[in-house]
Amino acid sequence: MENFWSRYKRNHAAVFGLFVVALIIVMAITASFLYPEDPFRLVGKPLSKPLTNGFLLGSDSLGRDVASGIVHGAKTSLLIGFVATLVSVFIGIFFGAFAGYFGGLIDDILMRVTEIFQTIPSFIFAILLVAIMKPSMSSIVIAIAVVSWPGVARLVRGEFLAVKNREFVQACHTLGMSDLRIMLWEILPNCLSPIIVVGSLMVATAILIESGLAFLGLGDPNIMSWGFLIGAGRTMLRSAWWVCTFPGVAILITVLAINLIGEGLNDALNPRLKERQ
Amino acid sequence: MTRSTKIFKYVGKRLLQGIPIILAIVIINFFLLNLAEGDAVDVLAGEAGSATPEYMAQLRKKFGLDQPLPVQLMVYLKNVLSLDLGYSFRHDMPVNELIFDRFAATGLLMTSTIILAVGFGILLGLLAAMRLNTWKDAVITVFALITYATPLFWVGLMMIVVFSLNLGWFPTSGMTNIAAFYEGWDYVVDVSRHLVLPTITLSLFYLALYTRMMRASMLEQYGQDYVVTARAKGLTERRITYVHVLRNALLPVVTMAGVQVGALIGGSVIVESVFAWPGLGMLAFESLFARDLNLLLGIFLLSSMLVVVVNLIVDIIYCFLDPRIEVN
Repeated sequence: MENFWSRYKRNHAAVFGLFVVALIIVMAITASFLYPEDPFRLVGKPLSKPLTNGFLLGSDSLGRDVASGIVHGAKTSLLIGFVATLVSVFIGIFFGAFAGYFGGLIDDILMRVTEIFQTIPSFIFAILLVAIMKPSMSSIVIAIAVVSWPGVARLVRGEFLAVKNREFVQACHTLGMSDLRIMLWEILPNCLSPIIVVGSLMVATAILIESGLAFLGLGDPNIMSWGFLIGAGRTMLRSAWWVCTFPGVAILITVLAINLIGEGLNDALNPRLKERQ
Repeated sequence: MTRSTKIFKYVGKRLLQGIPIILAIVIINFFLLNLAEGDAVDVLAGEAGSATPEYMAQLRKKFGLDQPLPVQLMVYLKNVLSLDLGYSFRHDMPVNELIFDRFAATGLLMTSTIILAVGFGILLGLLAAMRLNTWKDAVITVFALITYATPLFWVGLMMIVVFSLNLGWFPTSGMTNIAAFYEGWDYVVDVSRHLVLPTITLSLFYLALYTRMMRASMLEQYGQDYVVTARAKGLTERRITYVHVLRNALLPVVTMAGVQVGALIGGSVIVESVFAWPGLGMLAFESLFARDLNLLLGIFLLSSMLVVVVNLIVDIIYCFLDPRIEVN
């Protein structure tokens, strides 16, 4: 573990990314203390410029506080990003592990299904799924997970193929372990580092997809989110540039920081890969 | 067997491989249609204002909606194969006509985006690889990092704020100046002016992607044995880069351009709805608001098929470009 951290902190950008994400998480957790009012509430003069009328980042056309929306929206983005990634990594491991471990017909069938899901244009598919299931936290998570698992499945399949014929796995067979136990307790732990790296980058993509859906009006109508703020502010672009600008900066910083963490994790977990370059 | 017959056979085989994928997409489409609340009759009844249960049952019978699911699926497959994608009750038009009306605008946007992204991506990647670890390389890397993290719709809106509202260089939205009724050359200029901002917005992400790919691909090729041979022959670095390395480095970028088409279609939904560009993406956005599921499914089906076709075309181009590719 100490070894891991010492390799991670060699990448300064990744340490910075970690710091930024920690700040955003603190912001999300303390949202209700920082801005106790409901972010949907009209709290002051509409279209106030930043730093006027008591608004740090201005207010929108209805008098909602943009700063409050950003702080509360952080919760939504991070939560959806993490949960959707967890679900899709879970699906990906399931498909990839069975395909790689058993091979043959099972591999053929599972990989065909993966291929089909990879062919379908993912963002339109996500739009369609949310539109059909009606927009809500859970439908958004499901939609993002359904469109993002194929990459994980291919990765896990490759790792399983590489590991399944190694001696320690053969030893497990000789000991009479069940297939499921070998897959979960022997092979999977050996594949965790690339999964963690890809997963961290998927959180960033999930946040981008969520903001895109919310921008198009497919967000959960009861929950504040960055994409919703931008979508609601776009009609006022001419007179109130700040309503669209600041939530976008929030998305940019968050996604950038998560990507930096992903690169740092890659350096720390796959040290040999780094040396080769 | 000669090479041309081999390629011919290969194309045939790839075509056959595409069919089950398209079939699967049609079936997914059918199940999504059934997953949604209410059927076409509910929509019709809603549009009409009032309908008796008897009348609705009669309508269901007429449309075959009282049949068991497998039978409905076969009917749906037959309809899709004859390019009948259903009826949009909002637009009062068949879905396929609506889609074909809007297809040209999206095609124009996507073509210009691909040309810009691939062209400049190759150029910047080449520059970064030749000026490795200098400030130019660093700037290109940082640009790519930031572009990866920026939501498309936000880039579009910021473009409008800067280049349309503040500087007034380009129009904010649409494809033509509706008030002007331009013809001939003026019309072309007008459309190009409207095309600039959407194209830049949509291409930024892919530009960053192709730049990084091209850089990596060039560096990989520099390490190959044939480069050592070329140096030993006494060729200049210039000649090695432009004649030998560049040509080989282009191949993976071409493949990637094909793979990204699906994502490009998703991006065009966002960009078209930001710039009110009258293409398929805008149509999808409108159908979301109108709750016009038939239309949305039609667009989804068509874009999936487009991805299959483009991937096929790229595969074929690829085996012409690189004679080493095994076609059997």
